[in-house]
Amino acid sequence: MGNAIRYIALDKLTRVLGRLSEILDVWVPTASEEKKRLVRFMPYQAGMIPELVEQSTLGPKGALLPQVESLFRFIYEKDPDDASHKRVELEDPVAPKPTLIFGVRPCDARGFLLFDRVFSAGPHIDGLYGARRDLTLLATLVCLEEDAACFCSSVGGGPADRQGSDLWITPIGDGYVVEALNDRALHVMDLLEEPANELQTAAATKVQQEAAERRVGNLICDQSRSNFLQRFDDLNYWQQMAGQCLSCGICTFVCPTCYCFSITDELKGMRGERIRSWDSCMFYTYTLEASGHNPRPTRLERYRNRIGHKFSYIPEKYEGIIGCCGCGRCIRSCPVSIDIRKVVENLEEKAHACA
Amino acid sequence: MHVLSPYRPDLATVQEVIQETATIKTLRIVFDDQKKMQSFSFRPGQVGQLSIFGVGESTFVINSPPTRKEYLQFSIMRVGEVTHRLHQLNHGDQVGVRAPLGNGFDHEAMKGKDILFIGGGIGMAPLRTLLLYMLDNRRDYGDIMVIYGARSPRDLCYQYELDEWKAGGVNLVLTVDNEFPGWKERVGFVPTVLSEESPMPHNRVAIVCGPPIMIKFVLFGLKELGFDDEQIVTTLEKRMKCGVGICGRCNIGSKYVCVDGPVFTRAQLNEMVTEL
Repeated sequence: MGNAIRYIALDKLTRVLGRLSEILDVWVPTASEEKKRLVRFMPYQAGMIPELVEQSTLGPKGALLPQVESLFRFIYEKDPDDASHKRVELEDPVAPKPTLIFGVRPCDARGFLLFDRVFSAGPHIDGLYGARRDLTLLATLVCLEEDAACFCSSVGGGPADRQGSDLWITPIGDGYVVEALNDRALHVMDLLEEPANELQTAAATKVQQEAAERRVGNLICDQSRSNFLQRFDDLNYWQQMAGQCLSCGICTFVCPTCYCFSITDELKGMRGERIRSWDSCMFYTYTLEASGHNPRPTRLERYRNRIGHKFSYIPEKYEGIIGCCGCGRCIRSCPVSIDIRKVVENLEEKAHACA
Repeated sequence: MHVLSPYRPDLATVQEVIQETATIKTLRIVFDDQKKMQSFSFRPGQVGQLSIFGVGESTFVINSPPTRKEYLQFSIMRVGEVTHRLHQLNHGDQVGVRAPLGNGFDHEAMKGKDILFIGGGIGMAPLRTLLLYMLDNRRDYGDIMVIYGARSPRDLCYQYELDEWKAGGVNLVLTVDNEFPGWKERVGFVPTVLSEESPMPHNRVAIVCGPPIMIKFVLFGLKELGFDDEQIVTTLEKRMKCGVGICGRCNIGSKYVCVDGPVFTRAQLNEMVTEL
């Protein structure tokens, strides 16, 4: 697909986004007006300035797994034959629209790879996610700079990891070189300004090579599954690692691989919706049963489950995939400075001590 | 748009409501779609999610056996919001049903064996489906003993069909926690009655369901009697939402109770992390 390489000059970017948003829903990372430090993905609107240098505070997961979405609607009606009964009818939710997420990072794309496995590859298939995913293109940015919390290379990714992406955006000084990574992306290429010239393509190749050579993070987690299981019953360990946890749930909220959700009903008069919304395994009520029993009653069991889910249970269930993309958001956002790398790294020590 | 949504229930209508005890009701329901009703098949021990639209969804075992297809039966203890509303349903009311979910009992592996059911309170519901399945295939199974306990005679479910169980060749041992005027059966906790009965473990499978404290002491008792962990089967409960192994809350380690369970052997539970 060598002929499909395009170039977008910096000052043409919003024009391109405007053109794209005429044929599909475009999401871009953008800084909120009131708090400049908060960068999140929003549906693009004219006048919006994309923030493509800094990593977004909250990744793009909401574009594919909305924070709140309708699973179906229900409508009650009086039974015409029997006034003492109501009949109910169910309606499917609104169909998703073709979407392009512009400015995704390789770590964000890696998060979606896990979503794809969980929602679309069985044993049960979530067609609502699948329908949205099939219509969505990820336009991913080569990642030029990591910060102290990044560790994408430790979990199978990297700053130039193209896996899961459809368009590949390389920032070169005065603009962006964009190439299509698969046929799904070809139909938007014509909307991306001019074809890239040789100099631009060469500059992009150099940027990509430099990015590919960077190894971000030095966590070793190939033994984390067995290490975790050995640590499972060591509550002292979990007290040490997560004793300060507040159960605030920000780590799951910002995590590109956290997909766990709740299902609740909302009813207004005779109509309502069954709603899926993001949930957090950090919350007491997440596993609270009607009887009052709770299998994960304290922060320690809940934090342990978070680590176990990502580094032991997901790899066991899903062909070795690690349930973490190394984006570092949970580390940056944690109000009490819990560092997931430290927790995973230290799992191992006791394993050595035992051996 | 029609997408494959595992969250969209089928509609069904309540055919009959049976007041089992002060807090337990049994609902007999049929799918509104006749074809669905005719083609519906499941394994004993599989569960369903019942919906009251506008309130929510909860998980219950289908406690009628797959050999009896006139209706699906669910027994519901009134505990929380959804069960409270399910108790208000009458003949002719609609509910949502997502079923069958989960794994169910391996009744093929139990063929040719003697069977010991041990149930406490509402824990008898998941045992009932397998028991009736076995009664409907009586020649495939050996001796069947049921130890069924409740707090008081008023707390025993399925009293109207206990004679049918006995007629099917079930050695039925009923027990209540305390003496009660007119009660002629056993008195004492289920684990105590188990050790009094002392069924031999040879070629036998024990299927246990009840409150956690009962299960704990029954497991201890079965071990005393010489039952291996592979011979002991139980069925678990957890808070569930999606029911299809996606939403992430009913896990015990890497196992989801909603798809890998709810039925596990004790040997399988031993392999899992300690987070019940």
